[in-house]
Amino acid sequence: MTTTTLTPVREQQRTLVADQIPTWRVTRVELRKMFDTRSGFWLMASIVIAALLSTVATILFAPDADLTYYTFAKAIGFPMTVILPIIAVLSITGEWSQRSGLTTFTLVPHRNRVILAKVIASVTVGIVAMVVALTIGVVGNVIGSAIAGVDQVWDVSFVHALDIMLGSLLCLLTGTMLGLLFRSSPVALVAYFVYALLVPTMSGLLATSQQGYQDLQPWVDLNYAQSFLFEGTLSGAQSAHLAVAVTIWLVLPALIALRLVRTSEVK
Amino acid sequence: MITIESLSKKYGGRTVVDSISFTARAGRVTGFLGPNGAGKSTSMRMMVGLTRPTSGTATIHGRRFADLPNPGREVGVMLDASAQHAGRTGREILTLAQQLMGLESYRVTETLAMVGLTETESDRRIGGYSLGMRQRLGIAVALIGRPSVLILDEPANGLDPAGIRWMRDLLRGYADDGGTVLLSSHLLHEIEVIAEDIVMIGKGRIVAQGSKAELLRAGKTIVRGRDMPALERALTASGLATSYDQDALSVEAEPGVVGLVAREYELALTELRAADGGLEDLFLQLTADTQREGKAA
Repeated sequence: MTTTTLTPVREQQRTLVADQIPTWRVTRVELRKMFDTRSGFWLMASIVIAALLSTVATILFAPDADLTYYTFAKAIGFPMTVILPIIAVLSITGEWSQRSGLTTFTLVPHRNRVILAKVIASVTVGIVAMVVALTIGVVGNVIGSAIAGVDQVWDVSFVHALDIMLGSLLCLLTGTMLGLLFRSSPVALVAYFVYALLVPTMSGLLATSQQGYQDLQPWVDLNYAQSFLFEGTLSGAQSAHLAVAVTIWLVLPALIALRLVRTSEVK
Repeated sequence: MITIESLSKKYGGRTVVDSISFTARAGRVTGFLGPNGAGKSTSMRMMVGLTRPTSGTATIHGRRFADLPNPGREVGVMLDASAQHAGRTGREILTLAQQLMGLESYRVTETLAMVGLTETESDRRIGGYSLGMRQRLGIAVALIGRPSVLILDEPANGLDPAGIRWMRDLLRGYADDGGTVLLSSHLLHEIEVIAEDIVMIGKGRIVAQGSKAELLRAGKTIVRGRDMPALERALTASGLATSYDQDALSVEAEPGVVGLVAREYELALTELRAADGGLEDLFLQLTADTQREGKAA
């Protein structure tokens, strides 16, 4: 058995630091927590892997006429709308599913600060991931055009690229919100796919069968409103639709979720 | 110092913690004793802000836990050693705590050594840790910030006898250096060997509290003499209730009183001591109430 030596408490109290833990420090630790497990590491790696695979697939299978940067951006963008929300969900729900929240929320006894740090960390990862993915697309477009012997077509403006990024970040934040709402990894992940796949399909079906809903759809179907971010720059009406849909499906549930997180028990 | 005042927690109509008040003082080890489900863990979670009390307050050095600027450097907490991501290594978990608290990085290696986790062990994922190793890591997370207060829920769980001995020495040293130690257990013996002050809780209420010495003194005396019938007559004649406890006499009085009676009647005693077991009886009674075996017996 090891012998233990303890600093006398009197001395400890002298060296005691009374400064509050700054948010950047919490954020840095939360970022580290997204990478420091095997599953976390591979989830991050899957961003690069998925971007590479999508690029290669586009070079191989897209018709020569379609070998434009937009095709690459779109092909890479899709897996991002799946992986980024999973990263965001797990960053939140891990505290409950893995029960590490017992330590996290004790070391930082202000849950909104921890959540804020997690959101900053997730969004940072999302932005870096999108920059990496879009850069891989640039390389893909150069190589793809060269292989096919066609001229390089750069049909994505800077603003459009920002829109694609914004669209992906909205997916990521939806993941964060669902994580906060359910605080359970499986439930939140299933909920995300209901959100991203089932609801849009049902909304689409409803729009084709119900005349009245067709006019309403752009305002209340988040996926539909969001899809225009990936298509190109938004019109004024489309921006308004997006703002309303985001408020209904993301902001309001997030407010409820934050309330639940603040009052819920961490066991 | 930890001060608990009228702390209560209700879930719907069910009262889990019922207006408990006690103080864990600096320089002493306070044992929080009670059967499983008595409300110990809920009380401890309320102390560190993980559970909102229905009413009452818990303060550390006079401040609410949430008002501590960097709680890890003032209060070392271990509520459940297994509540960590199984995919992280022991060293990584400790590093996260070190970074969050803003400590020097050498503290990680230092603390791992202090709790007796080897280099190889600390570089393994905790999914493969034994309960004892998790317990040591949990203690490391609690100690790394050099806190002056420790709140530990069942810290001896899963430790082997040598580990329990180590834990006892560690906590003893901590209290001797002026630290406040509050630890819970559902085992009377564990608390008896470590704690100086005991708070006993059953069904959410405090049923007994005080120093171990006070609580162990049941007010009864065990006495043996060369002439037992004469001793019994003498004690009865002095108005003391006696009964045979195996071949000794159990007397409803302090040992000092029994000694005086023996001198008065010029009886030679072979044994005279305060009966322990008052605490044990109380604890068994508490445990029996919450266990099926107790009801069947």
